[in-house]
Amino acid sequence: MSEKNIPAKKRIKDLNSLEKVYFPEILKALKLTLKTMFRPKFTMQYPEEKFIPTGSYRGRPILVMENNGEERCVACGLCARVCPPLAIEVQAAETEKEKERYPVRFEINMLRCIFCGFCEEVCPEEAIVMSKDYELAFTKREDAIYGKDKLLVPVNQLPDKIGFLRNYR
Amino acid sequence: MPKINIDGKEIEFKQGQTIIEAAKDHGIEIAHFCWHPKLSVSGNCRMCLVEVEKMPKLVIACATTAADGMVVHTQSSKSLAARNAVMEFFLINHPLDCPICDEAGECKLQDYTYKHSVGESRFVEEKVKKGKRIQIGPYVMFDADRCIMCSRCIRFCDEIAKDPELTFTKRGDRVFLTTYPGEQLDNLYSMNVVDICPVGALTNSDFRFKSRVWEMSLINSVCTGCARGCNIELWVRNNEVLRLVPKYNEDVNSYWMCDHGRVNTFKFINAEDRVDGPHIRVEGNLTRVGWDEAYAEAASRLKAFGKDEIAVLGSAFATVEDNYIASKFAKSVLGTGNLDFVRHIDPSFGDDILRRNDITPNSLGAELAGVKPSKNGNDFNGIIKAIKEGKIKALYILEDDIIAENSELENVFAKLDLLIAHATNFNKTTVLADIVFPAATYAEKNGTFVNFNGRAQRIRPAVATLDVDRALEGMAMSRWDKFGTKFDRWAQGKHFDARSSWKILVGLASAMGQKMKYGMAEEVLLDMANNIDAFKGLDYDVLGEFGVQLKTVNSKS
Repeated sequence: MSEKNIPAKKRIKDLNSLEKVYFPEILKALKLTLKTMFRPKFTMQYPEEKFIPTGSYRGRPILVMENNGEERCVACGLCARVCPPLAIEVQAAETEKEKERYPVRFEINMLRCIFCGFCEEVCPEEAIVMSKDYELAFTKREDAIYGKDKLLVPVNQLPDKIGFLRNYR
Repeated sequence: MPKINIDGKEIEFKQGQTIIEAAKDHGIEIAHFCWHPKLSVSGNCRMCLVEVEKMPKLVIACATTAADGMVVHTQSSKSLAARNAVMEFFLINHPLDCPICDEAGECKLQDYTYKHSVGESRFVEEKVKKGKRIQIGPYVMFDADRCIMCSRCIRFCDEIAKDPELTFTKRGDRVFLTTYPGEQLDNLYSMNVVDICPVGALTNSDFRFKSRVWEMSLINSVCTGCARGCNIELWVRNNEVLRLVPKYNEDVNSYWMCDHGRVNTFKFINAEDRVDGPHIRVEGNLTRVGWDEAYAEAASRLKAFGKDEIAVLGSAFATVEDNYIASKFAKSVLGTGNLDFVRHIDPSFGDDILRRNDITPNSLGAELAGVKPSKNGNDFNGIIKAIKEGKIKALYILEDDIIAENSELENVFAKLDLLIAHATNFNKTTVLADIVFPAATYAEKNGTFVNFNGRAQRIRPAVATLDVDRALEGMAMSRWDKFGTKFDRWAQGKHFDARSSWKILVGLASAMGQKMKYGMAEEVLLDMANNIDAFKGLDYDVLGEFGVQLKTVNSKS
């Protein structure tokens, strides 16, 4: 790229006489401030006030638990395969149920997770979805590895997400 | 030589070859399900339909004999349309099971769906259901829904295993693969049907759901189940061998291997009873110690014996390299001629397909490497006799659980003042041993085995130990191996503290004041190539992928 294409910085010599006086410019800024003061506030008083995202939000990935208390997951390993930062580990095992296999171990390392949502997209069973949960803080590396105990969430708590997936995917 | 033209390419073929065979010899792949190079032609999948000029209809390449001057089109619009149609028919009743199917990732139907299908189905009716999870044999799981009726498994049992057990019943879309009444798929080679099944209908129940195939790395090796030395692939995930699969080698095992080799020869590698680090017997118990301490202890205790009071037993389970160093160690470091190894012959094991009565992978190799008594030395029976008479007081055993084979020896070995054993797992011999060195298994080292027929073949490390690093050794790496850190639970597979037997012996020799200058297994083989006629001119590059027939060995086939 040649230097000609870069817009020249406005120098003092380029300012017009009104701008050189400064005072009208300061008034302009104060006018904006005054105007904004009487507009509705956008700032949320977190953590007293919580942000509740919509169904399309990509919070931490969770496993969908059916009403009978079992995971939908069949441990096919596609989420682990597609996961760009290798955050997911799945170990399958056999079950007597009709689905034949289930994850005996399912771990997501939340320090690796980048919240891209590929796992949700690739899942053939709608078993792993991105939740609305964004409050993630750890004091130990081990705490950041979520097992099935933390990942399983009952399906009736996820109407927005499931609805979003049904409608837009 | 007669010529045939395939897709504008002029190729030569041998008289009597079919179109698909001629194409395969020249690297042209014609899509197929039911055809297999080692099985008879059945021609029922119709996938290999090709257009041949001057023929009124498309022909199947697997059953059409090539003729001089034939012009074949595999990519013409007619044959493409035919393949599409055949794929659509296959997918009508094939369930969308890929997420729970062990075959996924190495499935012919999956591959061909990408390559040869339009990817859409016009079929909206109910798929035919025939049943899932049918244990058709001790090691084989059958999923009837997934079967595409190619009949490869039936032909394998009839023609290769020579034990007809499978057949089709019913007709049309209700064709059902089943065993004959009262039979099971339990021939000694039954698991090969898993490899040749082009879909996930027949799967390995020993490996069932253990891992997805794309999560694993694989490395070529040699089966240790018997003296045949079938070429195999070791499939590894998280530093653990999960399955063995035969690898094609026309001169040894073709495409096959027996179930015993496939199921029973790798589980000890990650077993609970592995010897982890050197052990010394302290107050009656084997206690783990450091390598230097173990070497010093072994060296000082061996020095206390006269030359003729020591005997060394090599091993038909260890590599040629291990046995060569063992014989060198016995002759030049210990100065003893009491040197031999034990042959393990099981007359009920062999058959006329692949299995041999000699159930060790390297008895010929041990012999060729020089593990035999010198003129005044004792052979194995002589050594046992001398131990009974109290003439031999110290015994050094390479990787071989001799007592498990012959329990009478337990009382004999109890008379020894010193028993040093190399062992991969704690066993009946280590119970009596004073010092146990942890030997690397065949999956953890480089080396060479010589099969019954005099074919030298390489083994390669597939599992990392503290001694062999996966990256530094150039071992096959899965994505997980490459990117795993010490903080990832999926990358923390067990690493045993074990070394190749030759390396242990070199260390011990050095502790006894005699340096042997070998840094890696290949240097041992190079030394052998210079000193032993049978191994002349060998190195690991020469052994290559398929091994080398040793010239001085009489072929017994």
